[in-house]
Amino acid sequence: MTSLASTSDPSAAKVRRGFGRGLVPLSAVTLVAMAAALGMVFFYAPLDADQGFVQKIFYLHVPMALVALVGFIAAGVMGFAHLRSGDRRWDLRSYVAIHISTILAVGVLATGSIWARASWGHWWVWSEPMLVAFLIVFLLYAVYPMLRFSIEDPGRQARSASVFAVAAGAFVPLNFAAVRSAQSLTHPQVFSTTGGGMPGEMFATFLVGLVAMALLFVTLWKLELTAKHAAEQLRAVRRRIEAAADDGDPVGGPVAEPGRPLAGAAS
Amino acid sequence: MLPALPLGQGGAYVAGAFIVFVVLILVYVAIIGAKIARIERELAELSEPVERRPS
Amino acid sequence: MTRAVATLLAKDLRVELRTRESVPAMALFAVCVFVLFHFGLDQDAIDGALAAGVLWVTLLLAAVLGVGRLFVAEREQGGLEGLLLAPIDRTAVWVAKAAALFIFLVALELVTVPAFALLLLGPGLLEALGPLTAILLLADVGLAAVGALVAALAVESRARELIAALLFLPLVVPVVVAGAAATEPLFSGSQAPQELGRWLVFLAIYNALFVVLPVAVFDYLLED
Repeated sequence: MTSLASTSDPSAAKVRRGFGRGLVPLSAVTLVAMAAALGMVFFYAPLDADQGFVQKIFYLHVPMALVALVGFIAAGVMGFAHLRSGDRRWDLRSYVAIHISTILAVGVLATGSIWARASWGHWWVWSEPMLVAFLIVFLLYAVYPMLRFSIEDPGRQARSASVFAVAAGAFVPLNFAAVRSAQSLTHPQVFSTTGGGMPGEMFATFLVGLVAMALLFVTLWKLELTAKHAAEQLRAVRRRIEAAADDGDPVGGPVAEPGRPLAGAAS
Repeated sequence: MLPALPLGQGGAYVAGAFIVFVVLILVYVAIIGAKIARIERELAELSEPVERRPS
Repeated sequence: MTRAVATLLAKDLRVELRTRESVPAMALFAVCVFVLFHFGLDQDAIDGALAAGVLWVTLLLAAVLGVGRLFVAEREQGGLEGLLLAPIDRTAVWVAKAAALFIFLVALELVTVPAFALLLLGPGLLEALGPLTAILLLADVGLAAVGALVAALAVESRARELIAALLFLPLVVPVVVAGAAATEPLFSGSQAPQELGRWLVFLAIYNALFVVLPVAVFDYLLED
């Protein structure tokens, strides 16, 4: 992120140092993992006997799906932590987790659709439980920002959002069970996304892909949390300055250094 | 040293899927990066009068 | 807590009996939808999976209306503050609202199912009535529990009815799955082998989750 590197302003440097601790090494590890996964997918994993080259989408589609699902459930746990403790940072973590998981869900639908088109010639198939379940999950979580931004009081907004996160997170596994049960009636499991009995190389590739995707999630999560923390700090500083300006002091007296991190602000 | 993308057997689809993924990530990171840059800039503007003050 | 629930429930039922706002509207809506389906599908009589689907989707859409109106009295006449000030367990509010919604849904079905049999259903209803009642009652518990939770979530928001509807529908997909699957053999002329028990168990699990969950979190929702 060259924009960050180019500012030499001392307070900006403090922002970089204070928040986002550990973000750079984490990003590096993630990039390495992703490169390794990519390499394994195209150079190591054998070609699938039935589906051929198209099967390689599986290494992208399924890790994305699993990580998104865990993300949604984790967001529910974080929402519950917020409700129990009243600490708004948990709500922030929950919000970001849902945000990233929703983006991943869009990716799941897109890659799944491409896979369906490549495998069966249709851009959508009701016979694929992962695709159908994610459509429902996406429709549900798409309401989350609508809910948040239609409640003005910040305390209430956070609490309602957390209750939503808990309910939706608990719903996700149940939804999968429901969709699977519905499928088995009309569409006997002809096509298994996770493929029983995968050869070792495929499984290893899948595992590496899964780890890379999980690392990516955590990196993006920390990244967005950093941005949100910084924005909140900025708002607090602004408010302080305005309040002090109202009292007559043009600069606002002993302003706390804007870059100094809140105790434990980094996620 | 690109892997042979068998365009005949759906290589285009596989490429498409991975490209969609990469684009999603890049757009996301770009948006957040822009947000952070803007915050740093505004922070610099706000703290300028503070740092100019003596003591 | 039971006394609080009973009082709140009695109040809601009394209001509904007096104003007759929710249930008649829901029933009217359902019958309209049946008419729409007749024209949309261009069918005089339907059976099997189609009949089960039409019935369940219609019931669900009518339920959405009920969910949107669940907290309307509290909102518009400031009853919500009164509830919060009262020395009762906040969860009692959810129990009372869910119970009220359950009763509204049962009332809705008492009108809608015969209407459906009259207007659209091919095979006779009488033989299917027993199992159908069981399925509907079990499903209504889950629908009422989720509906009350969602209504409370949406009550603080500016776009209340919209948010309530949009939250409610995805969350009740499993109920449609189970309900329609269980009902389909009942609406097929031939006595197809049923997996009724399996779907009833599924609905019971769903109900368990969405009864336990609000009990755990509802107190936090109506804070301050």
